[in-house]
This record gives sequence, structure tokens and C-alpha cells, in this order.
Amino acid sequence: MIMTRNRLIHCALFIAGIAFTASAGMALNEYVLSIINFAGIFIILAISLNITNGFTGLFSLGHPGFMAIGGYVTAILTFPVSKKAMFLEVPPWLASMEMPFLPALLIGGACAALTAILVGVPVLRLRGHYLAVATMGFLIIVQVLITNWETVTRGPLGLNGLQPLTHLWWVYAWVVITVYVSWKIKFSSYGRSMLAIREDELAAQCLGINLFRTRVAALAIGAFFAGIAGGLWAHLVTAITPASFSLVLAFNIVVMVVVGGTGSITGSFAAAILFSVITEIFRPLEENFDIYGIGEILMALILILILIYRPSGIFGNKEPGVLSPPNKKGGCL
Amino acid sequence: MPTLEKPKKRDMLKIDDIHVYRGRTYVLQGVSLEVGRREIVALIGANGAGKTTLLRTISGLLRPKKGKILFQPDSQSQEIDISGASPEQIVQLGISHCPEGRGIFSRLSVLENLMIGAYLRKNRNEILDDYNSICRVFPILKEREDQAAGSLSGGEQEMLAIGRALMSRPELLILDEPSLGLGPIVVESLFQVLSEINSRGVTILLVEQNAIMALDLAHRAYVLETGRVVLYGTSGELAGNEDVQKAYLGGIV
Repeated sequence: MIMTRNRLIHCALFIAGIAFTASAGMALNEYVLSIINFAGIFIILAISLNITNGFTGLFSLGHPGFMAIGGYVTAILTFPVSKKAMFLEVPPWLASMEMPFLPALLIGGACAALTAILVGVPVLRLRGHYLAVATMGFLIIVQVLITNWETVTRGPLGLNGLQPLTHLWWVYAWVVITVYVSWKIKFSSYGRSMLAIREDELAAQCLGINLFRTRVAALAIGAFFAGIAGGLWAHLVTAITPASFSLVLAFNIVVMVVVGGTGSITGSFAAAILFSVITEIFRPLEENFDIYGIGEILMALILILILIYRPSGIFGNKEPGVLSPPNKKGGCL
Repeated sequence: MPTLEKPKKRDMLKIDDIHVYRGRTYVLQGVSLEVGRREIVALIGANGAGKTTLLRTISGLLRPKKGKILFQPDSQSQEIDISGASPEQIVQLGISHCPEGRGIFSRLSVLENLMIGAYLRKNRNEILDDYNSICRVFPILKEREDQAAGSLSGGEQEMLAIGRALMSRPELLILDEPSLGLGPIVVESLFQVLSEINSRGVTILLVEQNAIMALDLAHRAYVLETGRVVLYGTSGELAGNEDVQKAYLGGIV
């Protein structure tokens, strides 16, 4: 295998990530570590939403819904058998099951993706803001179902006392996988067919792209990673409640994608870090000076400024030159 | 009505009495048409006559309520009824449709646009060969391959749209108003390229507002009026026809 400059840079970034993860685990305190963990989860969320919203142009607000499904499925699967018997009324096969983290996460992601397919088949016939409203409806349905299915989810109380399984290595590994998969998609023929749908549906169809199947796949791939992020989230916070997966969260993820540049993986990555850090920086300010909400206000302000001065986001729909495929041809040739 | 015998070459596309609705509007009210192998056939007619609808029905974007569309990819193969097929099946069979208004993917590069044209193909070497030969036909596309397609001029975009449609290596190329919004000199050179593409063995069916240019390029033509074929024949015959002259050629030829 020939090491091109671009591949070298990718390897270097990968190793730098490992070094960062290792040293952060040793050197930093719990608080800073949790910020980094959350930032990582937001990276996964933003990049996966970018596949749906950015590449394929499906304006989905349902991302937290998929996250909730992944989170609850993972949480129930890893929940200790003894606690299950105490708190939940689930079928015997589930009650006697306690899974390791990885298979539970994967099943959570798969359930989210499956739901995306089921929901996508009727809903993806809609376009633009109709789709946004429909996916918002989906999110609300998920919240209501979780809130009311008390025997399995404990309703609004949520599940707490989850094992703190998520640590920085898990998050780092999933960030790497998410970036890798979405990168591979973007610079493949399949990814180009998604971009084509975003640009002009009729022309894409004329060139033999199956609109419907590609749209459903884009939603499902995004949902899978949202589900994983949900599982990681649940075992980081060690609790999961329906209220966490709100429309505000949907808005925040969409903002990250838009600010980073719809279609840009690097953009989603950077914006996710930016917003996680901003919210945390302003937290002491909020608490000490009693000005709650300043972080949100600032975030909205940044969004407005970006939309005015750089409507296509920080990175547009591109990746920076040093990172993008070596022959400058977007991997076409 | 001039009723010239259709050419002796076996027909590649045979449309038999199709009826197409768009919503509740009854657009195509029994249209029949043939395109022979290696022919250039033009469809002319006023706005709203159903030309675009006809093309979209052929490429599977719309479904006829009644009637057949028979397509024979090459002279050895069987005729296939494609009237119920999906757009991607039809592209796979060898019909490539270059839509009205070009449908350029403007934020993608010229090269990416072309490669999406080869979406259903697998053989990379063949794709590269076709890419190179398209760049020989349209050198400007090679020059601009890294540029965003939206930054091209109208004429260049039309070339890109045609090149992209050719990337699926079609037997039949369907063009919807290739001259739309282009200056006369650009149109002239574009039509020259079309006849060159045709001489390399690609059959062409095109819709044109510019009837003079269309009759000049095409071997045969059909005149569509309110969803029916009202006249057809060789281009020479139609250009000489008094009604056509009055209605579409401004009375002068």
C-alpha cells in the first residue's frame, strides 16, 4: 500500500487522538473529562445528522428520537438482572438478560436504524419543511411512548443507577468509527448519489439513482449512530429520562451541522466541539452571576451571525484541502 | 398529413398509443411514435403540448395509464416493454434522459457531476475511457473539472448535462430543450456536437422550441399539439409543410 500524504495525515490524526485520549484519562479531572466525553458524543451526533441533513438534504429534527431509542434499548439490555426484577416489568427472557456494553450498544443502534426505516418509508415522501415537521412529530411520539410505557421505561422517572460504562476510550472509538464511515460514504459513488439528491432530485433520478431507497438509507445510517450516541450518553450520565431527548436537543444538533457547514464532516466535528465548550465555559458565569441561559443565547447569536455572513457554514460543504483525498478529485478517479 | 414510411432499420423505441395523466390533467391523449436505431428524432410543439411529459414517461419518471413503450437496447436483443419500469431500470437498459433546465448539481465539481452519470456502472476502466472520450468532445469540461458546476456558463452547463447523460453509456439519449436560454452561436456549436455524438452511434430523441434548428439537425420529427401527434415526417417534409412553417418556423424557411 502506498502511503499518500493524505493517508499519512489521517494516520497521524488517529494516533494523536489515541495519545490525547490516553493522556486526558491520566491528567485531567473528572469534570473536564466529562466535558470531553460529552463533546465526543456531540461529534457523533453532529456527524451522523450530517449524513442525513447535510449529504442527502433531508431536514430531519428526529435525531434525538433515534438517540432515545438507542439509549433506552442499550440501558435496558445492560441493566443488572437484580435491578430489573425490582424496577421493571419486562418479559422473562429480557428480565434474565444482562449484556456486555458493546453488543448492547450495537443492538441499540440497530433498533434506531430499524425504526428509521419503518418511519422513513411513509415520511420520506415529504420534502423540505414538511419533512421537518413530520420528523418533529416522530420525536414527540417517541417521547410520549417512552413517558407512558412505564413497565419498561419507568415513564418520566427514567432509568437511573445505570452502570458508568462509558469512558473516554469508548467515546473515542465511536467518534473514529463515525468519522471513518461518513468519510467513506462521502467520497464514494454512493455518497455522491446522496449529494446529487440534495442538489437536484429530478436529475438524480434521471441518472438512475433510486431516490427513495437512498433517502431511507441516509436516514437509517444517521439513526444508527444516533442510537449509539444515545447508548453512550445514557451510560455516561448513568441515567436516562425522556426529557433529555427534547426538541431543544434536536435544534442544537441541527445548529452544529449548519454552523459547521452542511455536508462538511470536518465542519460538524469542529462545531460540535465549539458548542460543547461554549456551553461549559458559560456555566460558571450562569451559576455565579445568576444569568441562566447565556450559553444558549450565545449559541443562537453565533447561528444568526453565521447565517448572515457565511450562509454555507464554516467549511461550506467541503473538507479542508490537507484532509481531502490525495488526487484532488474527490476520490472520483 | 405526410405519411412517409418509417425507416427500414428496426425501431429502437416504439411508443404505442400512450395516455398519461399528471394529477387530474389528461396530458398525453394517445401518442404513438417511433425512433429508429441511430436516428435523430425531434419533437416540436407549443408550450403545454406534452413534450416534456412524453420524455418523462419514456424515462420512467411518469407512468402511462394506458399504452406500451417498447424498447430494444440493441439489434440482437428482445423488445422490452418499459412502460412500468423504474427510472433506474430504464437507465440500466440504455436510455439516458437529460432533463429540462439541465439539472446540474451546482455545488459539486464538474468531475463529480460526470461521475454521478456513471452511478449504475461498475467497471472503472470503462468509466474512465468514457470520461476521457467525453472530455475530447467537450474539452472545456476537462479544463474545468475541479470547478463547482454552478460556476459554469449556461452553454458549458448544457455540455456538462449532456456529458453526464453520456456517462451512463446510453443507446438512446433523450434531451429536453438543450438550447434553452443559450445564445445562437452556442446553440449552433452544441447542435454540431449532437450530430457528432449521433454519428458515433448514439440515437437521439430531442424536444426543441427552436424548430428551425431542430429540423436542421434531426432526420425526422413529430409535431405535438395538446397531447396528440398531429404531424410527422422527415425533417425536409416538415420544413416544407405550410402549417408547420406558419406555426413554428415564423413563416420563413
